[in-house]
Amino acid sequence: MTDHHSDIDPVSGRSTTGHEWDGIKELNTPLPRWWVISFYLTIVWSIGYWIVYPAWPLISSNTTGLFGYSTRADVAVELANLEKIRGAKMVALGAASLADIEKDPALLALARAKGKTVFGDNCAPCHGSGGAGAKGYPNLNDDDWLWGGSLDQIMQTIQFGARSGHAKGHEGQMLAFGKDGVLKPDEIVTAANYVRALSGLPTRKGYDAAKGEKIFTENCVACHGDGGKGNPEMGAPNLTDKIWLYGSDEASLIETISQGRAGVMPAWEGRLDPATIKAMAVYVHSLGGGK
Amino acid sequence: MNRTVNPKELPLDDDNGPLYVAQKKVYPQSISGTFRRIKWGLMAFCLGVYYFLPFVRWNRGLGAPSQAVLIDLPNSRFYFFFIELWPQEVYYFTGLLIVAAVALFLMNSIGGRIWCGYLCPQTVWTDLFYAVERLIEGDRRERMKKDKSSDPMKLERISEIVLKHSIWLLIGWWTGGAWVLYFNDAPTLVRELVTFQAPMIAYIWIGILTATTYVLAGFMREQVCTYMCPWPRIQAALTDEWALNVTYRYDRGEKRTSVKKAAELRALGEHVGDCVDCYQCVAVCPTGIDIRNGPQLECIQCGLCIDACDNVMTKIGRPKRLIGYDNDVNIQRRQEGKAPVYRIVRARTVAYSAIIAAVGGIMIYTLATRSLLDINVLHDRNPVAVRLSDGSIRNAYTVRLLNKSGYDRVIAIDANGPVNATIHVIGIDSVTQDRPMIVVPRDSTSELRVLVTAPVEGNPEKSIPVRFHVTDIGLGEVASATDNFVAP
Repeated sequence: MTDHHSDIDPVSGRSTTGHEWDGIKELNTPLPRWWVISFYLTIVWSIGYWIVYPAWPLISSNTTGLFGYSTRADVAVELANLEKIRGAKMVALGAASLADIEKDPALLALARAKGKTVFGDNCAPCHGSGGAGAKGYPNLNDDDWLWGGSLDQIMQTIQFGARSGHAKGHEGQMLAFGKDGVLKPDEIVTAANYVRALSGLPTRKGYDAAKGEKIFTENCVACHGDGGKGNPEMGAPNLTDKIWLYGSDEASLIETISQGRAGVMPAWEGRLDPATIKAMAVYVHSLGGGK
Repeated sequence: MNRTVNPKELPLDDDNGPLYVAQKKVYPQSISGTFRRIKWGLMAFCLGVYYFLPFVRWNRGLGAPSQAVLIDLPNSRFYFFFIELWPQEVYYFTGLLIVAAVALFLMNSIGGRIWCGYLCPQTVWTDLFYAVERLIEGDRRERMKKDKSSDPMKLERISEIVLKHSIWLLIGWWTGGAWVLYFNDAPTLVRELVTFQAPMIAYIWIGILTATTYVLAGFMREQVCTYMCPWPRIQAALTDEWALNVTYRYDRGEKRTSVKKAAELRALGEHVGDCVDCYQCVAVCPTGIDIRNGPQLECIQCGLCIDACDNVMTKIGRPKRLIGYDNDVNIQRRQEGKAPVYRIVRARTVAYSAIIAAVGGIMIYTLATRSLLDINVLHDRNPVAVRLSDGSIRNAYTVRLLNKSGYDRVIAIDANGPVNATIHVIGIDSVTQDRPMIVVPRDSTSELRVLVTAPVEGNPEKSIPVRFHVTDIGLGEVASATDNFVAP
């Protein structure tokens, strides 16, 4: 750098920095000394940082700093502490009976909070984030339950699943009456219309109710019960209500009868700990449809 | 008043000088007089309130804090005598800030920088630090002499300096100590502080405020007002020609002459100024300026120069207030030989007063009529509505009940809206059908999941307003909130 003190701007009489652009020179206006000193101090400070904290990348690792500080280790410690705090609460949850959890506002709040997060991680992909369900995946907010809607029944379904392959899981499925050649196509159409009539839905012109009843009695009553009221033991849905898992229109019903249905609910035992499963059961029950 | 200045007469910037002027040490001289007494009084009042307010007790009943002014951060509550504020009532603080800001504007439009001169913490603490300095090291002349002295430090001088800084640090420490007392029960915290049981954060805050008080009031002093504080810049935009400011009446003071010469000239019947150029106004100034140079950014308008000048005027037998609170208009009027006018009521002050009255009135009204029972309702978004097996429709809501009073309440919840709607609260076995009741503990909130079910018959609308009422069974106090009941 040139000695700027020798270069004086003739107009202002002040020295310039000696830098010139297109004939224009910059006046020398130094920063306040305290400011410059602060700037140098920050540089010194940063060198301290390099030494004290992990900073420099090496080929296969990095410098670890004087005290071996690591944010990752800090997070691990904090998570462990959090788990300790939660652990005590989850023990209380695991010890209480399902009914007692619902009666105790503190435990209910805990179970709902825990259930909500676990539901989001594990159940929402099929049942939706609020448990609203989709075609083939039951809505958990309503009062219709294939395998029963009491606290114990909900917990059992979560634990062992349905058609999950688990030894204690629910078994039983809708047979494929058409595919297996049990019913002829025209019989299937009649049966579909009979089922629609059961829940008060309009039927096709020329539909023979007597024939429908005969087909239903011979093939369906075993699982769906007299009058089609359903049977939670076998997961057979109530055919007289307003809720349809696979749709109530004629085409959907024909598809159901001819192809059969066998949706799978996985077993969560072993994947979630018992206290969490309890929290899940209470959460699902408290969505509103529990019985 | 604006004087036109020839640009060529303006002093040029110091060559190569820094943007900021290095601090010139100010040695204000002690002074007595009206404004000094006002300053002492206000200092005693402000510091008294600040240091002792946390020890004032207020009975709020069992389980509630008994401190009159308390900022309870862990429980998100603010207590101010009979007022208890919740986080969602933060708008009261907004109101308070508006009133405070406009009050500052009003002060400024009436009497200039009254805030700076008498009430600003920087002024109050600096003044206190100066008083300590003066007590230990002596008045202006002694301090200047001691600072200039090139003698090797004598023991006496060293002990003076040590004593001064110790007292400063003690004041700083007490300032930080009083601060933390506003955030916890004061007597308990004092006991914890002395036995080293208090939370770390308390010690950290005491340390921070000790340091800032010590540095700002002990060393930076007028530099804070000149370089750090935005208020001198803002107030310049707020002031007008009617605002009273500490003013040297140069129409009366000029030309400056000595006492002797003035007497001689007066005897000959010539016009002479009252200013005898004694520099007393400069000597007492805590920001080290000469008020006779007209209004200046550095002037905090504390009025000490008025006291100094008045003392001199009394001594030489001339009328007081050669320096006084005056406005720009009068300087001009006096020069034109007209009588001075003071106008406090004007559009600006009326508008500020009106804003203060309006915001203050609204705050008092809402405080007086605020409900101690409140309800917030949030509709479930996923799913918004559920069809039940009998065809009826159910909506779920998250209802939060707020009991701001100091006792437990039994609350009944009702929902009005869809025809034949029934209401159910998860986890509540209610005695009365369709009217769930719960206990909300004092000074707390309860979050509930509330289901409202209605048949389709009679409810053809896709969306029906539903009103939730919560009733205190004992007192009959009611709060309500509206949401919608929708069909899938």
